[in-house]
Amino acid sequence: MKSAVVLLPGLNRDRDMIAALTKISGKPPVTVWQTDTEIPDVDLIAIPGGFSFGDYLRCGAIAARMPVMRAVAEKAAKGVMVIGVCNGFQILVEAGLLPGALMRNTSLKFVCRQVKLQIANANTMFTRRYQQGQIIRSPVAHHDGNYFADAETLARLEGEGQVVFRYAEGTNPNGSINDIAGIINERGNVLGLMPHPENLIEAAHGGNDGRALFESALGIAA
Amino acid sequence: MIKARITVTLKNGVLDPQGKAIEHALSGLGFGGVGAVRQGKVFDVELAESDKAKAEADLKAMCDKLLANTVIENYAVEIA
Repeated sequence: MKSAVVLLPGLNRDRDMIAALTKISGKPPVTVWQTDTEIPDVDLIAIPGGFSFGDYLRCGAIAARMPVMRAVAEKAAKGVMVIGVCNGFQILVEAGLLPGALMRNTSLKFVCRQVKLQIANANTMFTRRYQQGQIIRSPVAHHDGNYFADAETLARLEGEGQVVFRYAEGTNPNGSINDIAGIINERGNVLGLMPHPENLIEAAHGGNDGRALFESALGIAA
Repeated sequence: MIKARITVTLKNGVLDPQGKAIEHALSGLGFGGVGAVRQGKVFDVELAESDKAKAEADLKAMCDKLLANTVIENYAVEIA
């Protein structure tokens, strides 16, 4: 399986994402820059975390309007898997590839800690190596992870199993509606989540709870 | 040239933790009777355009495409 990582000025988790994809798939991802209008033939496109364009205007707002995001949208429309982590998630909602919005944490504080996540839907391309309802650990590090969607959108997300990750056991770090930590699009090929699974993939990280997400997406036997 | 002011505000029902914090700070300063405070954004935009109707249509398109996130925000365009 081949992967690509989107690079934008102000991202800072790109090396973590590249390391995770390299270690898990056995080959380094190609990298694409903000001004690129075409993305090579890959199976998975990852948009890492960070603070693209300094979080100016709204988190992810400027990045979402860069040429590379039109190329990401074209690939997503063809069924290529896309994963956005943290700022990557914010960019995907700003680009309209996922519904809703990510707002300032209700605590108004930047949160950097480990939380527990429940696998709310194990029947996706990104979570099939997990068990339904399984609780995993994951780091979070964000200031604007408070997911919001209007009542109609929320009902649709819940009804269609598009809520994939939920903060578990009272660990919601940001006030996110329905404890939502990650959602998938209707087609099931675009995933966004605030936590950082790429930072928990091997013993040196203190655990490998995030590894199965990439193994699911990359189709690698556990 | 046309000068315009765009005001972006949070929709009703969308929680505004920043507004809440400001509300509490105002009360803390001794301003009695402060009700709800909602925080928004203001953009002053200069346009090389003389047709007001055209300018207004362009400014609204700018709001829809970038300046406001219409999932959570409303906007108002005011031409000087």
